[in-house]
Amino acid sequence: MQSCRLAAHDISCRRGDRVLLRGVGFRLRSGEALHLAGPNGIGKSSLLRILAGLLRPFSGHVEAEGGMALSDERLPLDVHRPLGAALDFWRQLDGAADVCNDFGLEDLLDVPVRYLSTGQRKRAALACLATGGARIWLLDEPLNGLDAHWATAAQAAIEAHRARGGIAVIASHQPLELQRLEVLPLLDHVG
Amino acid sequence: MAQAPRQLALIFRRDLGLLLRGARGRGGALLPLLFFLSVAMLYPFGVGPDARLLARTGAGVVWIAALLAAILPLDRLIEPDIEAGLFDQWALRGLSEEALVLVRIAAHWISFGGPLLLATPIAAGLLSLDGWQLGRVEIGLLLGTPGLAAIGVTIAALIAGLRGGAALGGLLMIPLAVPLLIFGAGSLQPDGADGLVLLGAASLVAVAIAPFAAGAAIRASRE
Repeated sequence: MQSCRLAAHDISCRRGDRVLLRGVGFRLRSGEALHLAGPNGIGKSSLLRILAGLLRPFSGHVEAEGGMALSDERLPLDVHRPLGAALDFWRQLDGAADVCNDFGLEDLLDVPVRYLSTGQRKRAALACLATGGARIWLLDEPLNGLDAHWATAAQAAIEAHRARGGIAVIASHQPLELQRLEVLPLLDHVG
Repeated sequence: MAQAPRQLALIFRRDLGLLLRGARGRGGALLPLLFFLSVAMLYPFGVGPDARLLARTGAGVVWIAALLAAILPLDRLIEPDIEAGLFDQWALRGLSEEALVLVRIAAHWISFGGPLLLATPIAAGLLSLDGWQLGRVEIGLLLGTPGLAAIGVTIAALIAGLRGGAALGGLLMIPLAVPLLIFGAGSLQPDGADGLVLLGAASLVAVAIAPFAAGAAIRASRE
């Protein structure tokens, strides 16, 4: 994997008339991970969407080198299709050789996506992200809905991604068990 | 970027399959088609079986039926894919909203205009149209349905995420589609070949503007 980089400079984030966050900045290099920590509604998801380039920051700017992938609370799979076919659409789109099988979905490939449980949907979303091969992962509450076993597996997948030289930015209100994890407490940046 | 054409081809295949078959609990291509034929079937009941009256007014009814049928699929053209985050995922992969909208218009045109063109001979039979009229209506629909598809996708992008968007979509569609209806119906006059030219032009304008308008609407929905 080529090296990648992600830096945020003095980002402010506004939703409607309210400035949620001010002066958020960080630099990440290959293999590093950042935990955006803070309670519900503080602006973690908005910040991730700014990093992804989907929202414009109120001020500041983002520098990124390397492809980005976002996994949020939505599952970008066609709900009526079997999980296998729905994942295969993204595999083909990203030109990947195989669908990621770190999340134990082998037995569910024939099941239409709409029948998946909350945890299974989260695992499918993570498999979708991991299949794409993007170097920078933006994860919004990646452990939501996962049981202890799969929460461990998801964190192991993030560690494996970092070991390959990837970057992970994780927005979560839960504590994470990752090596050398930088934590950015967003409470310090509330506008 | 180099793989954008391949990705757009994949997305086109997916869009077309989804729009033809229908999914997410909403009808596919069959529903607008049945609606179109129902209007053609009901009209003779409404005005009586006078073949001359039907032949004189029927071709216009085909156009009105086509316009109304175009309203039916509006709420499933764009909104479900914004809600499921697909447009965000495509944007992250560097695909422009404009290109995605153009792909969506093509898929919608085939899934909606195609069946309509195939069903028009049946509607013509129900409305006692002669061969010449049928030919004109078919050519007119062939030229006009891309415009209807483009306007439909634009409105679908504008109403995505609004409460009561489906009803609003119908109200927005009617005035925007009026030029197509006027030129389409105008081309049915004996000397109406110019109507076909104007119809094609109006359709082309709609197809040319739609990707930018709908693309901007999709981006605005992220704010």
